[in-house]
Amino acid sequence: MTVLAVSNLAKRYRRGGKAFAAVDDVSFEIGPAETLALAGPSGSGKSTIARLVLRLIEPDAGRVAFEGADFLALSGAALRARRARLQMVFQDPLAAFNPRATVAGVLGDPLRIHGIAPRAERPRRIAALLERVGLDAGLAVRAIHEISGGQRQRVAIARAIATRPSLIVLDEAVSALDVSVRGQILELLLDLQRQERIAYLFISHDLGVIRAVAHRVIILDAGRIAESGDARAVIANPRSAIGKALVAATPRLTRNRP
Amino acid sequence: MTALLSISDLSVRYRRDGVEVAALKGISLDVEAGERLAIIGESGSGKSTLALAIAGLLAGSAKVEGRIDWTTPKSGSSHSFAPPSVLPEISPTRGEIGSSVAGSPLATLAIGESGRDSSISLQVGEMSGRTEGGATERDPAATGANLAPVLGRDIGFVFQDPSSSLDPVMPVGKQIAEVARTHLDLTWPQAFARAATLLDRVRLPDPGTTLRAYPHQLSGGQKQRVAIAAAIAAGPMLLIADEATSALDSIVQAEIVALIRRLVTEDGMTLIFISHDIALAATLADRIAVLRHGELVELGETDQILNAPRHAYTRSLLDAHLGLDAEPVLDRQGASA
Repeated sequence: MTVLAVSNLAKRYRRGGKAFAAVDDVSFEIGPAETLALAGPSGSGKSTIARLVLRLIEPDAGRVAFEGADFLALSGAALRARRARLQMVFQDPLAAFNPRATVAGVLGDPLRIHGIAPRAERPRRIAALLERVGLDAGLAVRAIHEISGGQRQRVAIARAIATRPSLIVLDEAVSALDVSVRGQILELLLDLQRQERIAYLFISHDLGVIRAVAHRVIILDAGRIAESGDARAVIANPRSAIGKALVAATPRLTRNRP
Repeated sequence: MTALLSISDLSVRYRRDGVEVAALKGISLDVEAGERLAIIGESGSGKSTLALAIAGLLAGSAKVEGRIDWTTPKSGSSHSFAPPSVLPEISPTRGEIGSSVAGSPLATLAIGESGRDSSISLQVGEMSGRTEGGATERDPAATGANLAPVLGRDIGFVFQDPSSSLDPVMPVGKQIAEVARTHLDLTWPQAFARAATLLDRVRLPDPGTTLRAYPHQLSGGQKQRVAIAAAIAAGPMLLIADEATSALDSIVQAEIVALIRRLVTEDGMTLIFISHDIALAATLADRIAVLRHGELVELGETDQILNAPRHAYTRSLLDAHLGLDAEPVLDRQGASA
């Protein structure tokens, strides 16, 4: 069974009077508890695909099947209900949240909107979510702008898992984090995936991170799939020109290991 | 090697949300003439504050203690740095930077003379031998009586985001020419000719057309090439790149790093490369300084930092790097789909 099946997706934009294909005939599937990475240079269509899958923008052509249903045909209450199962975490949680909201407010919203927990039960659920992502329950009363970047991204993950999703779109979700924090967040994501069988569409410009956490990778170039396959196999032996260029451009830490 | 600049016990404090924050705590560090020094650290380590302090760009409200002494090759003697006094000389488009630093208490840095004169004659010979498009090309008249380093003339600075460091309503050619005209005492036609040469040096296609382009017409990588061209337009002895490739994708980042390496070598410039990425820094630097919470944790040759780090924090940074040869986190957890 697949969680997400995308077929022949296309999106064109106009820039300076000229039409160009941001996404051109892209097809892929993601299974339960699987991480599929999208890699590619700036402008290759990674984030546009994420926005199309989330229906933040509408495609010009193609199909998106989510949990077996035609996701593009949904509207109104049916779309809102299905969206609980498809969550997202972006690069900058400070931009994604109202900075003056409290952590409890940010986590309470999805519980209320999707009717997951009645008001009286919400504080307990919020405490459990915070604990699940490795944060102290006492953080609930703090404002989003008061906590650190790493804590904020954990709150973003807590919010994403609050509705028990089957798929989370992670768009450069660890790119802005310090390396010491990044490792902990990646471990948390993998732990959640193991426990809850969540699938990830993992968008990153960093092949080192992709190789560390993704099962499969798609390398995009100018909106098209240049190559795809097992993440480590593709990165070890890229066949496309863009794949070779991306691997060559990744800085190597040359250490004489014991 | 001789020190181009010598930082002694430098501390910088800011007020942020009514709370005083110590951004740098007693940093002492020599930057050798002609070396490529990387300053690395995580957010809040003080790496950008250090870069701004060296360039004399700290906000006027910053409280600064300690000193930065410069050994300027032209003068043959050491001079302390007095950043506020030189700021009016930077280009008119950067007026907002000048005004934000005006009246800075950084003048406290300019106390006394340093006693490093014994090393000077060697330095002069070294610099003139290596520098072609750089310091020796400058008209002494433009240098004037002020022997302390001038931002734009003696120090080139490249910021992370070229969209905010370039003027959006001025053609890029004029932004580069302006630096050359201001500091090299050129006429506008001479300065534009130099700008065209510089666009070619930073490998921008069709310099004649690009001269007239506005920043929004260029890609992020092209804009950063323009910013680099402007930074080196007056032939500075020191180039500071503060996260200059961090906003670019990996392919463009590699191109810009290669460009910086080539220009620094060709012009005999000293490079200070600020980065959060230890692997990227290691591809470029002779020495690496590791900062954490405003303190200098470790300073050493790149090879020593990578293979024999003395400080546990340096080791943790190295271990946290996810390279193309690292053991995947997937395997460490024994997880699989």
